[in-house]
Amino acid sequence: MSVPAGFLPSAGSVGRALRVALPVAVLLALVPVVLPQYQAILLAYGLAMAIGALGFNLLLGYTGLLSFGHSAYFGVGAYAVALMVKYLKVGSMELFLLGAIVAAVAVTALFGVVCVRYTRIFFGILTLALSQVLWSLAFKFFWVTGGTDGLRVPTPSLFGGLVTGGGDKITFMSHAYYYYVLVVFCVCVSLMWVVVNSPFGMALQAIRDNETRAEFVGVQIWRYRWVAFLVSGVFTGLAGALWVPLNGLTTPDIMHWTFSGEIVFMTVLGGFRSFAGPVIGAIVFNYLKTYAVGYTVYWQLLLGSVLVALVLSLPTGIVGTAGRLLARFREER
Amino acid sequence: MNLLVTQDLVKSFGDVRAVDRVNFTVKEREVLALIGSNGAGKTTLVNLISGLFSPDAGRILFRDQDVTHQSVHGRIRAGIARSFQLVNLFDQLSTLDNVALTVFARQGKTLNLAALAATDSAVWDEAAEILKSFGLAAKASMMAGGISQGERKLLDVAVAYALRPKLLFLDEPTSGVSTREKAPIMDTVSSVVRSTGISAAIIEHDMDVVFNYSDRIVAMHQGTILADGTPDEIRRNESVITTLIGTTGRDH
Amino acid sequence: MDVLLIHLINALLYASVLFLIAGGLSLIYGVMRIVNLAHGNLYAFGAYVTAWTVGTVAAGAPIGVLLLLVPTGAFAAALLGAFLEPTLLRPFYKRAEEYQLLVTFGLLMILEDVMRFFWGPYPLSASTLFEGFGSLSVGDSIYPTYNFLVIGVGAAAAIFLWAFIYRTKFGVVLRATSQNMRMASALGVNVNRVYVQAFTLGCFMAGLGGAIIVPSQSAVLGMGVDALVLAFIVVVIGGLGSLEGALVGALIVGVVREAGITWFPEIELAVLYLAAATVLLVRPAGLFGRP
Repeated sequence: MSVPAGFLPSAGSVGRALRVALPVAVLLALVPVVLPQYQAILLAYGLAMAIGALGFNLLLGYTGLLSFGHSAYFGVGAYAVALMVKYLKVGSMELFLLGAIVAAVAVTALFGVVCVRYTRIFFGILTLALSQVLWSLAFKFFWVTGGTDGLRVPTPSLFGGLVTGGGDKITFMSHAYYYYVLVVFCVCVSLMWVVVNSPFGMALQAIRDNETRAEFVGVQIWRYRWVAFLVSGVFTGLAGALWVPLNGLTTPDIMHWTFSGEIVFMTVLGGFRSFAGPVIGAIVFNYLKTYAVGYTVYWQLLLGSVLVALVLSLPTGIVGTAGRLLARFREER
Repeated sequence: MNLLVTQDLVKSFGDVRAVDRVNFTVKEREVLALIGSNGAGKTTLVNLISGLFSPDAGRILFRDQDVTHQSVHGRIRAGIARSFQLVNLFDQLSTLDNVALTVFARQGKTLNLAALAATDSAVWDEAAEILKSFGLAAKASMMAGGISQGERKLLDVAVAYALRPKLLFLDEPTSGVSTREKAPIMDTVSSVVRSTGISAAIIEHDMDVVFNYSDRIVAMHQGTILADGTPDEIRRNESVITTLIGTTGRDH
Repeated sequence: MDVLLIHLINALLYASVLFLIAGGLSLIYGVMRIVNLAHGNLYAFGAYVTAWTVGTVAAGAPIGVLLLLVPTGAFAAALLGAFLEPTLLRPFYKRAEEYQLLVTFGLLMILEDVMRFFWGPYPLSASTLFEGFGSLSVGDSIYPTYNFLVIGVGAAAAIFLWAFIYRTKFGVVLRATSQNMRMASALGVNVNRVYVQAFTLGCFMAGLGGAIIVPSQSAVLGMGVDALVLAFIVVVIGGLGSLEGALVGALIVGVVREAGITWFPEIELAVLYLAAATVLLVRPAGLFGRP
């Protein structure tokens, strides 16, 4: 069965990617102009989550490591911002992003050293356990983190103070901040695309496919997994930093395992064996959650059942299933 | 000149002495066949030399360097590479990708996450060359999981070869392949090995392959070396004949 | 001196429950090579069912009756396990391990809300049984008698399991299947049946852990995941797949946690992780595990 090679330099593979990405970016840019303000803010949440899911999937789809504790890095990013507001009294979005990256690097570097020596179930539960530790610390050290009340984060200033939320917050969030998130989103997607198509990305997929052989072609497994863990955590931390001004508040819940479960869910929903799957899954999930949460208190039941159903019958998620349907449609013509 | 020397190498698994004080050598520019019945210790010996396991006792010297406790990575950099008995490839990458990745790894470029792999044309050219010399150029863009068994065996060897080793270990390169495919596979492997002047040690059960392609044969039995000599010498060696070759001279 | 003794008993108490949970996890892994991420929620399910029968349904009944009702949680968890294995787990044995993890994680989420659905978001207690047992004097202090029952059950379970696995025919079959599934199958063992039996037994143990502890501390939502994480620490230290490991690991964790609570209450969980991480670094397979 012939399948086009993944990394083979073919004329225009970058071009092909851009041909899909650019129209999408344009559509996304039109949202605040065409749709009501609420929709733009909702989509901003979705885009932030998409960055987090993209990061998460570097580990799952490309390295074969299923983390059940990614909420920890999201939380690290969000709390880094909140703590910067509380103790450093800063309000610049750029500083927030920088702080989140630094914090995420520190935490993932440390956690990564412990976690990447193990695979599969040990990796999964280790990541879960570590995120639970962080969550419990956020509770216990309430004089720092505000405990269950959390910490407030006011509207940040963008581009070094050039753009401030002086007036109406909703307008700011649905226009200036939305575009800011969109730009960061596009940058992150491009960066991740380069990473997964780089020699490093190749090595990761080799490790995923056949750990033994990867070792025997001279790839030092745990080093690569550690770097992947780091990149993954930083993307997710960045997502947390973008999310917290939208939410206005950060609480320990976002470091709880239930949120990790949502990250897993949205990635599987979109399709973890594709590049765009997590992005689409996150955005779709964001809408699902917003509109479904009003209907039922049994959110875990819904998520869990759908996850099981997905894994049983649609393991390739939205993107994979859509791809298959499209291929069959083309064949039949 | 001896490329590889093992000194009194020992490895036990529980009560079983898989490798029992083995003194094994491989010279430069030679193709050696390692024969023996199942459980004789051949694969364990190769596993010890390539670094999958650590020996319980003894030393391994490669080009006069003590590699006994070197990591797999270190041994690859020193010049030892191996293929696997049960084909071990990156099934979801293409044939060309499998080789290209190995070249990237060999050149230490795999930690580079800031540039597209596609941009390094030198690596891709080399990978294409290697595929061509192994007769796999036509399958370059097919997924490694989707090509025939014989082609997978060749690819397994090609990947090991892409490490540009000085000593290449091939673990049953023709097993699981139909009889008429064996000769073409071995012809290809043999011509690549001999034209580049590297040494190869081939574990094989098929006696036709063994006698037709090797300069020297080492026979193992129950963890020790039973005999070591040219194909003619081995053919006449009685203990080898009784324990290994049997009366038909063919493997089953 | 008394205080030390009390600490020791507390550690044993904790260890008894942990042994049941982790032992179940290890048993299932040893035989079937799967780790059920929802295992902690089977412990929680057992706790809820027992809290319900003892604390709600039979509230007001004499202590003897309440005591007899305690195992209901264990049997309920076992039943649940017997249902789940063939329906949700068996389809995934042949598939990539990620899918197994995903499906058991989905199960974890489903069970969490199932318990919320049946018993609401508030803690459910069976404390009348606990109080009904009164207290014993330990030196100059007093200590709840019920806790000794828990320790007793834990010890009895350890002995029973050992006998079951090493002294019965079923135990032989179990061990054979765990060592070499294909060989056992070739020898005529009905592997599917062994799997569901092993899984049910593992769930029974987890449910029993929940059932016996719930009179002492109420059933709350989220207890399952906390238990999962702790059981994981136990099997990391003791070795996954080994019952002796689960026992030793549980004892170690019980002692370390008790010490942690006494001297470093803020970071007690972190202290446990430190212990687990140390073991992982020195002996990655755990003290009794197979590497």
